[in-house]
Amino acid sequence: MNWGGWSDFFAMGGYAFYVWGSYAVTFGLLVMEIVLLLRRRRKARAQLVLSRGRRNP
Amino acid sequence: MKGNINWFKYSSPQTFYPLAGTLAPWFGALAAVFGAAGLYIGFFVAPTDYQQGEAYRIIFIHVPAAWMSMFLYLVMAFWAGAGLMFNTRLSGMMASALAPTGALFTFIALWTGSLWGKPMWGTYWVWDARLTSELILLFLYFGFMALQAAIDDARRADRAGAVLALVGVVNVPVIYFSVQWWNTLHQGASVSLTKAPTMAATMFAGMIVMAFGFWFYSIAVTLLRVRCIVLERERNSEWVTEYARDFR
Repeated sequence: MNWGGWSDFFAMGGYAFYVWGSYAVTFGLLVMEIVLLLRRRRKARAQLVLSRGRRNP
Repeated sequence: MKGNINWFKYSSPQTFYPLAGTLAPWFGALAAVFGAAGLYIGFFVAPTDYQQGEAYRIIFIHVPAAWMSMFLYLVMAFWAGAGLMFNTRLSGMMASALAPTGALFTFIALWTGSLWGKPMWGTYWVWDARLTSELILLFLYFGFMALQAAIDDARRADRAGAVLALVGVVNVPVIYFSVQWWNTLHQGASVSLTKAPTMAATMFAGMIVMAFGFWFYSIAVTLLRVRCIVLERERNSEWVTEYARDFR
């Protein structure tokens, strides 16, 4: 085990800003990509429902 | 031959759409499992580096992200080229679906490299061959997406984007070999096919497991995105109309 405790873990040997700055931004961007994709899918589906309504009123 | 899969069957958006929908959650689950395992190895199994202390732990996302940035570009260029050659609709859609994820991993490679460079080299950025060619890769992805977005006709956008993607392929070996061709501040390859890794086995394992996690993630989001693109582009086709009948 590398860490004496949680505070030791979060301190990252003094490199907390660089290590957590890397991991937080990476994780945040991946989550953002998924959220944007699910929104895009919802929009595409809503568009199809709209055009269906126009075809068969 | 019996049991042979007819791969060309899946080259049409209509047949690929449901297949992509079935596969995406599985690749998403694999990405989560490999990502969690990679993080565990990276933070709890791999030892502290005797030179870089804990700062080196950035490697577990930096190197896999950099690999993905180059690999996804090659896959994108492959589909773009296939689209030019065979004039298949799905190929162009695949290339378009890969570009944003490729750009994302390129940005992550640059971002994490910058945050790693500051404590180790004393600077966030340097115009060194490796860093500069990776930045060019980001601009190639942006250029591809901007060009496609600027052309209304999807098929023409595919062809124009394909030419740009194929020309840009030349940048990938430049990135990969930059650390050998030029005298760079960036260190040489950590992993090579010809010699044993120059790092502890657990560090190496963490990196490989994370690389698989990113790879599965990329497959999952690309499949999700290509499904969106299919619905957007083929919305007036008979099969999409048919398919949309069940939507509420």
